[in-house]
Formats: sequence, structure tokens, C-alpha cells
Amino acid sequence: MKYEILPWLILLLPLVAAGCITLFTLRYRTVSALLSIGAVVTGFILSIIFISANGWHPAVGELFTNWLSVGALHIDFGLKLDALSMMMLLVVTGVGGAIHIYSVGYMREDSGFSRFFAELSLFTFSMLGIVLAGNFIEMFIFWELVGVSSYLLIGFWFEKASAGDAAKKAFITNRLGDFGFLLGILMVWGILGSLNFSALHGQLAQNPAALGTMATIAGLLVFCGAVGKSAQFPLHVWLPDAMEGPTPVSALIHAATMVAAGVYMLCRVFFILNADALHVIAYIGGFTSLLAALIAIQQDDIKRIIAYSTLSQLGYMVMAVGLSGPTAAMFHLTTHAFFKALLFLAAGSVILGMHHEQDIWQMGNLRKKMPTTFWTFLVGALALSGIPPFSGFYSKDSIFAQALEQKSHLLLAVGILVAGLTAFYTFRLFFVVFSGKEKSEDASHAHESPPVMTLPLVVLAIFAAIGGFIGITNHYGSQFIAGHETLSVVQQALEPLHSPVPMLIGIAVALTGIFLAFSLYKNATSDPLPAKLGALATWMKNKFYFDELYEATVIRLHDFIAAVMDWIDRWIVDGLCIGLVRGGTDLTGRALRLVQTGNLQTYAFLFVLGVAVVMYFVLVK
Amino acid sequence: MHAGLEQYLIVSFLLFALGLLGVIMRRNLLVIYMSLELMLNAANLALVSFSRFNNNLNGQILVFFIITVAAAEVAVGLALIVALYRKRQSAHVEDLTTMKL
Amino acid sequence: MGLPDILFYVFAALTLLCGVLVVANPFSRNPVTSAMFLVLTIISMAGLFVLLHAFFLAAVQIIVYAGAVIVLFLFVIMLLDLKEEQRRKINFFGIIAGLVSVGAIVIISLKALGAAQPGTNLPAPHVEGGTTALGQLLFTQYVLPFEVVSVLLLVAMVGVILLSKKDLK
Repeated sequence: MKYEILPWLILLLPLVAAGCITLFTLRYRTVSALLSIGAVVTGFILSIIFISANGWHPAVGELFTNWLSVGALHIDFGLKLDALSMMMLLVVTGVGGAIHIYSVGYMREDSGFSRFFAELSLFTFSMLGIVLAGNFIEMFIFWELVGVSSYLLIGFWFEKASAGDAAKKAFITNRLGDFGFLLGILMVWGILGSLNFSALHGQLAQNPAALGTMATIAGLLVFCGAVGKSAQFPLHVWLPDAMEGPTPVSALIHAATMVAAGVYMLCRVFFILNADALHVIAYIGGFTSLLAALIAIQQDDIKRIIAYSTLSQLGYMVMAVGLSGPTAAMFHLTTHAFFKALLFLAAGSVILGMHHEQDIWQMGNLRKKMPTTFWTFLVGALALSGIPPFSGFYSKDSIFAQALEQKSHLLLAVGILVAGLTAFYTFRLFFVVFSGKEKSEDASHAHESPPVMTLPLVVLAIFAAIGGFIGITNHYGSQFIAGHETLSVVQQALEPLHSPVPMLIGIAVALTGIFLAFSLYKNATSDPLPAKLGALATWMKNKFYFDELYEATVIRLHDFIAAVMDWIDRWIVDGLCIGLVRGGTDLTGRALRLVQTGNLQTYAFLFVLGVAVVMYFVLVK
Repeated sequence: MHAGLEQYLIVSFLLFALGLLGVIMRRNLLVIYMSLELMLNAANLALVSFSRFNNNLNGQILVFFIITVAAAEVAVGLALIVALYRKRQSAHVEDLTTMKL
Repeated sequence: MGLPDILFYVFAALTLLCGVLVVANPFSRNPVTSAMFLVLTIISMAGLFVLLHAFFLAAVQIIVYAGAVIVLFLFVIMLLDLKEEQRRKINFFGIIAGLVSVGAIVIISLKALGAAQPGTNLPAPHVEGGTTALGQLLFTQYVLPFEVVSVLLLVAMVGVILLSKKDLK
């Protein structure tokens, strides 16, 4: 295999950049930005070089060094190189590079500029680690690192209490999922005796029933990690609050890459999941997508709408995995990375133009003021809604096709309904922000963003547009489906015609959604829906009260347990145990003090006593 | 019974015990000091009897030195007691301790 | 049982009796009384020394001990004008402690003594502790300790003078 050093470089360059920025260049903004961007863009270029030199399936699937050997436990540290990881390498470094460049413009006036890039580089390193991980433990380590980077970046503006709270919420909710994940890893290791993905794949290929009765539970526990990281129900509550972070962070972490890590992990260990586990996974995914779409319809913060849209699309991906369609899931993950990052960055451009105003009902008619943002946002919106020939259409259609193939009609119906809702709320956002009349002063004074920000938008828009037929399915398919035939560009473009019914219904509901949004919101100055939907609208707006539910149950329980622990610590550990020792020592000291009387004759007496004892032992014994 | 070594040693032990008793029991400084002298004398007696019954004069030489040193010690000790009496106006052992209980 | 043995028992009894009276006199708590009985004890001991053929030491005992040391004691008692000791609370702790510890030592010592085997084929005691013999030994074998003791006496004298000064000038 040629250029074996390249994957290691790709992985470690961002870490080096993060280290250098933190230690040396915090005061030099330009240098920090250049280091960070350089690391990511170099990673992208090196990935391309590596792939063109070795193809999509390198001869040596793994490069590793033995890291830990304790008894029966062998953990290697290494890089797994197959089509799945290399596609993800391109996605992470490519989209990440675009967002890094965008951040130079977005964060220009922030005092924590260098710190931002250091944390971005740390995140890039961690995400690349997950993508390249060859065994469960390595993936888990990077999993946690990604969680830490997310915490740091969500709480970037930590002077705001809400940002700190959101960061904590994200981290803690993720930890809950990771707990299940770790249990799943332990279970897999306990039953199968290995943690390496290739080895496990081999074992399960030879003996599909190797996991025995615990197969479903192990699969579901491992899925817990995805539930946490990819914000599925019931751990979905952290993602909307994570919008407290700067917009590039939302784009990179909470749209394109980190939340996709859960889906990636599921596809990586797809062989562990048995039919029952997949069933559960599919339904949770479907439910999450529906729930998130409903909530998105009534949100007024531009970033929140897009965040709920991310939740919904993640639900799609998880549902696709559950329908035994990892190829479809990864396809949607990749196209989603393009258009969701695009939407977030465009939203950031809007926010910056509106002087950090995020309420859509303060915007309006930005089409005139911000043309580039307008057109790129439109491309992203169309891709998200699943309109051909944009990338989103192809990836969603592959998911519908998968559902049809699995004869899961309920989930197909849910998917199609959500597609319609997606189109509706996306274009609700689009029309309120970009058309109609200006709804506030800020809207009148809005201005276009500088080229350092609009250029990445354009690049991402191009990919969002053509992503459907540039060969993404070929590479993923070669990973998951034995004997997958490579399709040419034209063949890929015409692929959906193989199952025309879902394709046509999908296009129909999308167009219906857009039309409804057009009619309701084209010239609206306030939301007309609450009047039509009444109580349902209120529930949607309040996120179906999940946060309040968790607050009343989980948080209360947690506080109660903490209070009990506090009591135990204060009274039993501190009071009893330490008090015993302290009291005992005190009493002993007091007792011994009585020997020191200062009285000559007492001392003489003790002296004589000592002499008697010595004499006894010497003379009598 | 013939006065052999054992008898002399018994006398010496008993005298020593008496002196020790005086040191522990009595509370007048001077009486304590006198009991101390009694103990020294008991040792002298033991040494002389050993010297006699070992046909050796070394014990007697040692007693010579002991008496000399005892005399010097008594001088110094009494000077100390005088100085102490001047300070505390009492020769009672209980008045001399300054440690609080 | 010859005269020396009877004399031994007489002197021994006298020594012990006077010793008891030094330490615990039921009739008088005056330190002067204790000093007087100490003199008697020392004189009895001188008698014991004579019975052990240590003539020089007997003489030295009376001259130095009885004649100088006890007199010094009496000087100090008179100087300090110590009266009869006031009756204070009976020191139960002291009495019990004393009897217990001393009793222990006495019992152990006597047991050890009883268990000791006398040497066999020992020659009869014949050494005479006369002045000439002691002097010869002192000035040949033990001349170094002799010199050192004289320095000690000098030191003691200096110390005593210093200690009894009222204020150091």
C-alpha cells in the first residue's frame, strides 16, 4: 500500500494544530486561523492523494500498533481504511475545511478567535479519530473526545449562562447514551472476546448466532451511543439548545459531522445488529423524525428550525439503518452534510447581516439585500425538501426504496409524511426570511457577507446540487452490498425511476408542502398557523414539553439522590468515620497526657517500674 | 548461720529498697535526697562484700571513688535545693511542679 | 557461729532499722530526725565494712560521709529553717505505688539471689583492705580516675559557688 504515512498525518495534523495554537499562538489571530485551516485543508488534499493512489479498497485494510495487552484484552491503536472510512474522511475534511474558512469571516470580531480555531482543530482530530477507528475502544475514546469538543464549542461564549447550561446539557445527555454504549461494548467483548471490527465481522460472518440470546440487547445498548450522539428520542433534548454555540459550530458539529457519528457508528458495526434490534432502531428513527418535524413547524428562531430539521433528518438516517439500508443511510448522511452545513452557514450569514438577530419574524425581503446568501440558501432548501435533481431527492428516495423493499409500509408512510412536513417548514423559513416586506429596522439595513463567507456557501451549494449522482452510492454500496455494480453518472441520475411510486409520491408531497408554505407565508408578518391549529400549535412551539417532563422527573430524581449522597457524606463519612478517628485520637492523647504530671515522684515510680520489668526479664527468665 | 556473701547482699538489697521507697513516698525534698544517699550506701556495701569474697581490691577502689563523687554530688544538689527554696519558698515536692493538669 | 557472725547480725539489724526510721518515722516528720538516723545508718555500715576487713573504707565512710555529707545536710536544713513538715493529704498513690514497685524489685532480687549457685572451690577470703594496699592500687592502676575525680571536685566547687550566688555579677 502506498503512502502509509498519509492516514496518520491526516489524523494527527489537526491535533498538532490545536496544540500549537493553544500553547503558542493564542495572541496571533491570523497565525492560529492559518494553522487550523491549513491542517484541515491539507487533510483533505492528502485524503484525495491517498485515495487516488490506493483506490477505495486498499490492500491493507488496517494499520495498527499494539497499544494495550492485559490478559485476554488486546487493544490496538490503528486506522481502518475502507470505502466507508475514506468517504467519511473526505466529508469531514472537505465540509470541515469549508466551515473553517467561513469561520474566519464569522468570528472576525470575537475576542476568542484563536481559541475557537484551536477547539475546532481539536474537534476535527476527534472526529477523524472516530472515522478511522479500528476497534470499539478506540472509537469510544474518540467518541468521548468529540463530546468534550462539543462541550467546549457549545459553551464558547461561556460568559452567557445559557451557553454554559446548554453545553452541560449536551455533555450530560451524551454521557447517558455513552453509558449504554459502553455496556454494549463490554457485552460484545464478553461474549465474542474481541473488540476489533474486522475480527468481529469475521466472527459473525462465520457464525451469525455467535451473540446468542444477548444479541438484541447488545445491539440496542450499542445503539444507545447513537441515541445520545445523534440525538434520537428520548435523548434529543440537547441538540436544539446546542444552538447557543456560534453558527459555524452548529454547522460543523451539529449538522454535518458529530451528530452523524452515531449513524456512522451504526453502519460501522452493522453486522452486530440483529433483526429485532434493527426493528427497534427503525421505529425510534421514524418517531424522532416525525416528532422533530412537527416541532420545527412552529419555531421562530432561524437556527432552531434548522436544528430540528437536523434532528428530523438524523431520524431518517437511523430509520434507514433500521431498515437494513446502511448504504442509503450513509448516502443521506453525506448529502445531508452538504446541504445542512450550507443551510447553517447561510443562516449564519443572515444572522451576521441582521446584526445577530435570530428571530425570523424580524427579518424579511433579504433577497434584495443578500443575493448570494439567497441563492445558496434556496439550493440548500430545495435539496433538503427532496426536489429533483438536487442531492437530497436522491438520498431520500433511496431511503423510501429501502422501506419499500423491507415491506415496512408504516415507516414508508411516516417517511413520506415527514418529507412533506420538511418541505413545509423549510419554505416557511425561506419565505419569511427572504421574501415579503422587511419586518424590522435591522432587515432594512442588512448587508451581504464578505467573500470569505460566501465562497464556502457557493462551494457547498454546488455539492448540494450535484451530490446525487457523483458516485457516492457506488462507494458505499461496494462496502455494504456484495456484488454491487458501479453505476455511471447517468445511471445514478435515473436510479429512482426503478421504483416510481415512492418517487412520485415523494415529489408530490414535497411540492404540496412548498405550495402550502408559499400560500401561508409569502407575505405574512406574523404566523397564521396558531389560529388554524390552536392547541396543537402551542404544543409544537413548546417542543411537546419534553424538557419540562425531564425536569420534573429525571432532574428531580437526580437532585434527590444527590441530596441523599450529600447527607451520607456529611454525616456518615465525615461525622461517623472521620469523627471516630478524630475522637479516638483525641481521647488517647488526653489519656496519655495524664502520665506527664511534672511530679518528680511519679516519674521515679515509673522508672522503678521499668527497672522491675527489666530485672524480671533478665534475672528470672 | 555463717555470714556469707548472700547475707551481705540481702542486707544491701533491703537497704536499697528502703532508699527507693523513700524517694517515691516522701515529699520533703531533703528527705528524698537523704534516701538517695541511702541507696548509694547500699551499693557501696554490695561492692565491698563482692570485693572481699572475690579476693580483689578493685571493688574497694570503686567504693572510694563513689564516696568522693557522692560528696561532690551532695554539695551541688544541696546548692540547687537552696536556690530552689529561694525561688519557691517551699521544700515540698508538690509546690515545685509548674505543669498544669 | 562465731563473734563476727553475731556482730554481723547486730550491725545489719541496726542498719536496716535506722534505714527504716530515716524513710518513715512515725513519731516525727522533722527532717533533722531523718538526718540523725541517717548518721546512725552510716555508722552501722562502717561497722559492716570493718567486718568485711575494709578498714580504710570504714574510716573514710565515717570521716567523709557522716562527718561531711550529713553535716552539710544539717547545715542546709538549718539554713532553710525547715520546720516540721505540714500534714498534707495522705499521698495514697505514692504509698501504694512505692510499695508495689519496690516490693516487685525486692522480690525479684531475692528470688534471683536464691536461685544463684555459689561458686565451687573458691579460696577463703583473705584480702585485707588496708591503707597501704589500697594506696598502692590507687596510685598505680587507678591513677587516671584519681586525677579525674580531683578535677570533678574542683568543678563541683565552682558549680556550688555559682549556684548559691543571689545575683550573677
